[in-house]
Formats: sequence, C-alpha cells, structure tokens
Amino acid sequence: MAIVAFNNVGKQYPGAESLAVTDFNLTTEDGEFIVLVGPSGCGKTTTMRMIAGLEEHTQGTIEIGGRDVTGVAPKDRDIAMVFQSYALYPHMSVRDNMAFSLKLKKYAKADIKQRVEDAAEVLGITPLLDRKPRALSGGQRQRVALGRAIVRQPQVFLMDEPLSNLDAKLRVDMRAEITKLHRKLGVTTFYVTHDQTEAMTMGQRIAVMKDGIVQQIDTPNNLYQQPANVFVGGFIGTPAMNILAADVADGSMTGEGFTLTLDAAHKDAAGARDRLTVGIRPEHLHLADENADVEAGTKGSRLRGEVEVVEPLGSLTMIQVRVGPTKVTAQIEPHQQVAMGDFVTLTCGADKLYLFDPQTEQTLIGIDAGVADKPAA
Amino acid sequence: MSDSETAKAAARREKARRAPAKWLLAPAVIFLLVWMIVPLAMTAYYSARNYNLMMPSITGWAGWTNYRILWGDPTFWSALGVTLLIVLVCLIVTVGLGLALALLFHRNFVGRGVARTLAVAPFFVMPVVTGLIWKNMLFHPAYGLLAWLFRTLGLEPVDWLAQFPLASIITMISWEWTPFAMLVLLTGLQSLPEDQLEAVRLDGANKWHEFRHIVIPHLGQVLYVVVMLESIFFLTSFAEIYTTTSGGPGTATTNLAYYIFQGTFVQYDIGVSSAAAIGAVILANIFAIFLIRFVAGNLNAGEAR
Repeated sequence: MAIVAFNNVGKQYPGAESLAVTDFNLTTEDGEFIVLVGPSGCGKTTTMRMIAGLEEHTQGTIEIGGRDVTGVAPKDRDIAMVFQSYALYPHMSVRDNMAFSLKLKKYAKADIKQRVEDAAEVLGITPLLDRKPRALSGGQRQRVALGRAIVRQPQVFLMDEPLSNLDAKLRVDMRAEITKLHRKLGVTTFYVTHDQTEAMTMGQRIAVMKDGIVQQIDTPNNLYQQPANVFVGGFIGTPAMNILAADVADGSMTGEGFTLTLDAAHKDAAGARDRLTVGIRPEHLHLADENADVEAGTKGSRLRGEVEVVEPLGSLTMIQVRVGPTKVTAQIEPHQQVAMGDFVTLTCGADKLYLFDPQTEQTLIGIDAGVADKPAA
Repeated sequence: MSDSETAKAAARREKARRAPAKWLLAPAVIFLLVWMIVPLAMTAYYSARNYNLMMPSITGWAGWTNYRILWGDPTFWSALGVTLLIVLVCLIVTVGLGLALALLFHRNFVGRGVARTLAVAPFFVMPVVTGLIWKNMLFHPAYGLLAWLFRTLGLEPVDWLAQFPLASIITMISWEWTPFAMLVLLTGLQSLPEDQLEAVRLDGANKWHEFRHIVIPHLGQVLYVVVMLESIFFLTSFAEIYTTTSGGPGTATTNLAYYIFQGTFVQYDIGVSSAAAIGAVILANIFAIFLIRFVAGNLNAGEAR
C-alpha cells in the first residue's frame, strides 16, 4: 500500500515528434482507486505502463511510496498488473500461475500454499486451482489473473482494461467484484478503461485523458456536474451530452431550432460573450408541456425538431431529434408515445445547462445536482 | 410408397451422393500405394529372397538368412551406431545453435534483415553441393579455407575428412540444418505474447527466469516438431557422406543409408540390403510414431482450447 505521485511526468517515444503523455501530475491517497479513462490513443495505457516500469518515462518523476522509481526495473517496483489478455502462463496450473511470483521471491512452500489458497478463497476459484488456463472460461481466467495479482500483496495494483474481454453481464458482475475486492484489500489501484460507465462506477477519482493530456482529475460526481471542458462533458455520461452552438442576446440563447433562457447565474457566467457552446444532458431534456413549463419556469426554453430515432429501453425511452443541424438525444418517459417522424418540442431547466467558452472550450458553468463530493485532496 | 421403400430410396440417394467421393479420393490413395506401399512390400519381399546380382543363379526363398547375415555383420552395427550418433549430435548442435540464433535474430539490431537472410542461406543449398563446398573449399588440406587459416596461424593444416571424418560429417549436416531449427524456433518466439513476458517481469523474474519459465515452455511444441522432423532427415543423411568420405575411411562414416546404398550398388546384394532397409524403416518408424502421436496430441489439445 502506497501513495503514488506523478510529478510533471511525460513520455516521448523515440522517433515520435509529440509526447504520448504530457505533464501528468497526480498524487494518490493511500489505497485510492484511480481510473484512467479516455478514448483510444489518449495515453492512459502508456501512463499505467510507466508506473509498472514497462515503459520508461522521459520527463518528470514517478514516486511509489515516497521512492523515486525512475530507472527501477519492473520487478523491483513491487507492483502487480492485471492485463487485458490476462497473460496467464498457459503451461502452468492455476495454482502455479498464482504461486509463481512467490516462488521467485523464495517464499516458504507452506507460506505460498497458504497465500494462494487464501486468494483463491477470496475470488471463489478454489475448485479451479489444479486446472490449466485453457480449461477455464473468460470470467474464470479473469479471476485467476486477479488472484495472481493479489497473492503478492503488492504496493500498487494496475489493471489494464481487465474487463474488456468479458461479455456484458459478466462485466457488470466483475465490476462490482473488483470494487469490493479493492475495498477489502485497500491497495492503491490504477485502472485503465475506455468505458466511462466502468470509470464512473469504480473510480474514487477519475483522470480523463485526451491526446496525452489530462483534462480533469476528479470524483465521478464532480466530473458529471462540473466538467472542465467540452471534451470531459461529452465523454462522461451516457448517452453523451448534446452540444449546441448558440448566439446570446437579451438573456437568451438562440440557434437554429432552439431558444434557451439564461438565469442569473448563467448570465454571470456567460459575461459579455455573444456566442456560447451549450451542453445539455439527455436526461435533462423532456417533452414540453405548456402548463407544467409555466410552473417550472422553462417556458422560454424550447428545442424543436423531427424525431429520427426512438429507442425504447423499457424503463425509459431515448429519442433522437434533429434540431437544426444538430442531432439531440433526449431521455423521455416510456409512457410518452413518440413516433419516428413526429415533430416534438423539448425543454430543459435553466439550471441544467452547461455553458462552455466557444473558443477555449473551457467550462463557464456546470450544474449542481446536489451530490457534489468534496474534491479529493 | 411404404416406409421401407422410402428408406431404400434414401439409401440409394445417399450412395449416389457418396460415389464421387471415392473417385476424388482415388488419386491420393493410388499415389500412396504406388509410391509407398508397393516399394515397401517389394523391399520386404526381397529381404526374404536370395537376390545377389553377382550370383544370379542362386535364387529362391532365403527365409531369415539375409537378416541373420545382417545380424552378424559388424559393419551393420557400426552403421547403426554412426546413424544414431549423427542424429543425436546433429540434433544437439542444430537445436542449440538454432535456439541461440533465433534468440539473437528475435532482437532488433542494425542489419538484422541481411544477417537473417545470410543465416538462413545454408538451408537452401542442396546437400550434394553442401558436401562439395565443405570438401573442396573448407576442409581441403591444401586449398581449404581452414587449411589457409591454420597456415596463417603457423599451424599444421588438418585433413579434416581423413582425421576427423565423423565430426566433419556432423559439422556439415549441422551447418545445413541449423537454419531450419532457427527459422522454426524464430517463428515460435515471434508468436510469444509480449504481455506474458511483461507479466513475468512484474512477477519478479530476471532474464533467466523469463527464458526458463516462459520462453522454453512456449517453445516446447515447436522444439518437439523440430527435433522429430530433423531426426527423420538425419536418419537418412546420404548426399553429404557420398560426396565427401564415401562412408570412409573404412566404415567410419558409413551410416545406415550409406550401408544400404553400398550393399545394393557396390556389393549388389539386394537381399541383405533389403533386410537392412527394413531395419531402417523400423528405426524411422520409431521416430515417426512419436512425431505423429505428438502432432495428433496437439491437435486434440487445440480442440479443447
């Protein structure tokens, strides 16, 4: 268990002009679960591999438990990693896979046996101990890979998209299980994923990366409510946030097919700008209702367009509406009957608008859903 | 139409459907018969006949006589020993060197492409040419490269083929077959998943552990294939011996293949040679059974995966 600290860490691959990771700064809490998330090629895996020592960072320092690990070989960093492909040793039984690192460290036989069996117990793979990896299902292999990591009781766990090879249901189960395991063991964990749902559900803090640059490091709720910029706003949340370009005049924003009123806080945030980028989450859009909207004060906010897609999900329905040039996704109640080709009017509370500067794409104002976490130290 | 008639019709249709399969299989079966079973049967037949071209008047069944002659011939036993020695030593050398070279060529270095092509080149040289190259250009006590090297160093040139005949033969065969082992092992190395190496590194392994616990087990299957295939080729080594030592001096480099050749085309004793050939077939089969078992075993393992 250890605190991992990145100080201005950068990585430049030989022959590459730009940095794969630029100026990464992060200090974890002891035992924190950090998720690195971002689209492919954003440098999240590179960052993780730099912690492991499988890639050498070219700028800055990485400290694990207060020790600068620059130039320290992977085997001496006391780190365990779970690979996307699991990377189990195919010729060894599950028991030997798990015991291998302990054998290399020359632990006593009885001690190894005890540790392996304890880990197997925790993961529920005791009956599989004498099988070879090829005789296991994907989920079982996943557990063995986790087992191999936890028997060592390392200072830091690294998990590189460990769930991406599992089917959807198993993924949800394992997600919860890894979270539970982390709570039980309390080991500082880095988890790489491109799946924002995984990131949101598992991470205590999430580092959103793009093109090798950290966009924001914060708790899931803060990322959702106060994204640092358009990218984070669009990346966090499913379906993705709707982004609209609007002109500002007389306390309201207009664009092709929509008008949105600004409340006092948003007016302040917008300042003197005459153009804004507006973000609206699908869950904050609903079908306009003249009577209710007067009461809610959203009568001035209107988005009109033709319904292009209707996706009933049972508990709710997703519709895609073409508003001017933009496709807007809205989440509506399943009892609200909407058909493809219908013209609908959507509305949204003034306090549910995210405003971004159109030039810098930085957030001017986010939303307050009332669940703000204390930002981690 | 009754049920039985329907069934009969179905059977007829099934038969008609299957008929072309027989014809399509026929070429392969005929090829196998003509090229393998017939010669084998004839060899077995001759091995039980009195059949010496120098004594055409003596014919008829010989029973076990040819085999008894063979059993009592010290040259046969020495040929058997030479054969096994060639197989064993060549295997050790080619697999050892091949593995070392494969590990070398698996790494990145300047000029790897050219070096790899050069390293593979001996494999494309015909065995007869291999024999001639080594005999005339390398081993030759007067014009050979090695002789020149020795003279340059102020040493007495060695007549390799005369003084160390078997070692020379083994050197030539190993030179020829090391590239094969290297190529196969190299492809094996290239199929080793990088993340397994990374996992083992994080598990605290040093280079030796990596090699011992990950690389070697991964290469296990290809190693076995290399060993088995090479065994069968080494068992039948002939051209290198024919073009250089002609089995000599004496019988120092006479292996089973050369012994059979001499029996047939020098002593014209086809009966005894056939008996020796049957012996060689048995020996080759011992190796082949291992090979087939292993390959079949692997196929089954692949299905279970």
